[in-house]
Amino acid sequence: MPIAKKDLIHLSDLTVDEIYQIFKKAQEMKQVLAGDDKKHPILRGKSVINLFYENSTRTRSSFEFAGKYLGADVVNINTSSSSVMKGESLKDTALTLDRLNPDVIVMRHGASGAHEILASHVKARVINAGDGQHQHPTQALLDMLTIYEHKGGFEGLKIAIVGDILHSRVARSDVWGLQALGADVTLCAPPTLMPSRADQLGAKISYNMDEAIKDADVIIMLRIQLERQKSGMFPSIREYAAFYGLNAQRLKLAKPDCLVMHPGPINRGVEITPEVADGVQAVIEEQVHNGLAIRMALLAIMGGAAE
Amino acid sequence: MILLKNGHVVDPAQNLNGKADILIEGQTIKAVGENLQAEGAQVIDLEGKVVMPGFIDMHVHLREPGREDKETVLTGTQAAIHGGFTSIACMPNTTPVADNETVVESVLYKAMKANLADVYPIACITKGQKGEELTEMLLLNRAGAIAFSDDGRTVQHSGVMRRAMDYSKALNGLLISHCEDEDLLGGGVMNEGIVSTELGLGGIPNEVEDLIIARDLMLAKLTGCRIHIAHVSTKGGVELIKKAKEEGVKVTAEATPHHLCLTEEAVRGYDTNTKVNPPLRREEDRTVLFQALKDGIIDCVATDHAPHTIQDKDVEYAFAANGISGLETAAPLIWTNFVATGQMTMEQMVTAMCKRPAEILGIEKGTLEAGRMADIVVLNPDAEKAVDRNEFYSKGKNTPFHGTVLKGWPELVVKGGRIVLNQGALC
Repeated sequence: MPIAKKDLIHLSDLTVDEIYQIFKKAQEMKQVLAGDDKKHPILRGKSVINLFYENSTRTRSSFEFAGKYLGADVVNINTSSSSVMKGESLKDTALTLDRLNPDVIVMRHGASGAHEILASHVKARVINAGDGQHQHPTQALLDMLTIYEHKGGFEGLKIAIVGDILHSRVARSDVWGLQALGADVTLCAPPTLMPSRADQLGAKISYNMDEAIKDADVIIMLRIQLERQKSGMFPSIREYAAFYGLNAQRLKLAKPDCLVMHPGPINRGVEITPEVADGVQAVIEEQVHNGLAIRMALLAIMGGAAE
Repeated sequence: MILLKNGHVVDPAQNLNGKADILIEGQTIKAVGENLQAEGAQVIDLEGKVVMPGFIDMHVHLREPGREDKETVLTGTQAAIHGGFTSIACMPNTTPVADNETVVESVLYKAMKANLADVYPIACITKGQKGEELTEMLLLNRAGAIAFSDDGRTVQHSGVMRRAMDYSKALNGLLISHCEDEDLLGGGVMNEGIVSTELGLGGIPNEVEDLIIARDLMLAKLTGCRIHIAHVSTKGGVELIKKAKEEGVKVTAEATPHHLCLTEEAVRGYDTNTKVNPPLRREEDRTVLFQALKDGIIDCVATDHAPHTIQDKDVEYAFAANGISGLETAAPLIWTNFVATGQMTMEQMVTAMCKRPAEILGIEKGTLEAGRMADIVVLNPDAEKAVDRNEFYSKGKNTPFHGTVLKGWPELVVKGGRIVLNQGALC
């Protein structure tokens, strides 16, 4: 099962049909991961470069394991965006890496749209592991797989995404994907952390978390970066936690079987209380595991060895 | 002597819009009329062509001194002639900035050596463009500065701006304001709206511009100073200027070809050649801006020609330099999008690109009346050609119009009685 487009930069580079095919492949990969031998070397002789201009624990390590479990040779390049501004341009890095003949380049970059530059200068297929405040398609795929496995589908599901929508690439990918699959999405943030004209994204907009999560089937909490408070985006962590944090009391407003999700890393006691993060409705670690499966599925398909 | 025969001459200053001949003797226009004859003159047949006064661009960045890798006075004036502009005013944000007579004189000297378009340097309002102390406006004016601007670095303090306006009245000076509230700007890199939200790029709301337009109009009213608002891009800015003009404020304003022709939608795909300040706005702004140009609320077209190197633009959108190389596409853009489509008359084009800029700058240009300097541009109204940035004389290849098919290209330019552009190429 191929993916038609060369690169996965925006989640909309995938068709709905392709998204379901990726889910199917990811579930196969979960079978592999459940076995004694996690090596499934269908990418022997292929190579993957993980090019990370921003820090990452989950995304980078899961892409690395995904490539290695599938038998590909994986190289990790970690750099900081400050060295980019002083040193080599992204275009030159792209031209250099292309001559190493990778089959797939996975990149995370702090600037929105950076993947357009990379993709236009390399023959390798490009997978976006997060660009600025634009997109994080593999996070959305793992979020959607997690929901799919618990709920069996998306049609009519009420899903609230709560937190720093303005700066969130996860929200921008999720809102596109979840709506494409039929869910009913509400975005909730303090008004200073809601992007301009967010209503035109198709989702409902709310500044009131209690309203946003009422009768929700799924709540996706976003990480609030504590530096945002220092730059004046909201008055205090205390107030944020009280009005936009998920606690056990507030969670009762949602449906009893509501899933609690978070892309991590979590700020315990800020956007989510420990009892909710560790509670029975939370599937946060499951998301991490699904992230590995999704990335294995994508590399299997996009690495050129798909059955 | 040169005799331009059978062209369609457009010159609203003398109510001319039809077939006429132009006789040039020495540096000046000797006669304009039907069936002119002149023994021994070089006769150029312009049947089917459109003849206009040489265009005047009151907003150009020549980059010299300091950033000769982006542009020089020579390449900038070559680009001007190639685009049909025979007079240009250049902004002071060079390195060092034009806050002293030496830089102004140096630009004038280089323009004289280039001997192409006339160059009118604009000097800084404040020393070092720092927005604190006023420059020596009277000395700068005596050295040749035609106006004052801290272009790109809006004077943020209202008290300093008021003082600049008051002081400049000593020479009936013109202040040109690039209107931008730096605090509200924040980290914005494109227009704020659904496109910035979808692309994950920092947004710049219209109010960044509108706030300072409102302030400067109020200060102009208070002081009686002449103020010119640079590159207006917003609907709100147009409304503020309209109201101020009705109240008798001495305000004029310009719009760029890119704000008249493009919207924020052009940013999709992250082409950094669309990154410009003020940013490309919404369609509703663009429509209002164009109507205002036709109505005369916006007085003129100016390019904000901002040449950059390839490496300044070949980077991530957020890191790319602001600006569009505009001199060599302005006339065909206006012709193709507005005149050829019947949305704008040829007289309106000449008013916006010749007559009004001359009046605002106070220069004896912008018309083809007998006795004036023979600065003339001839356009081919029909021949279509795709924009090819590699054909630019400007060092700045940064255009979002590369590949766009346009007509109305300048074919012939006469500057001070001398043919400097022939068949679209510099002589």
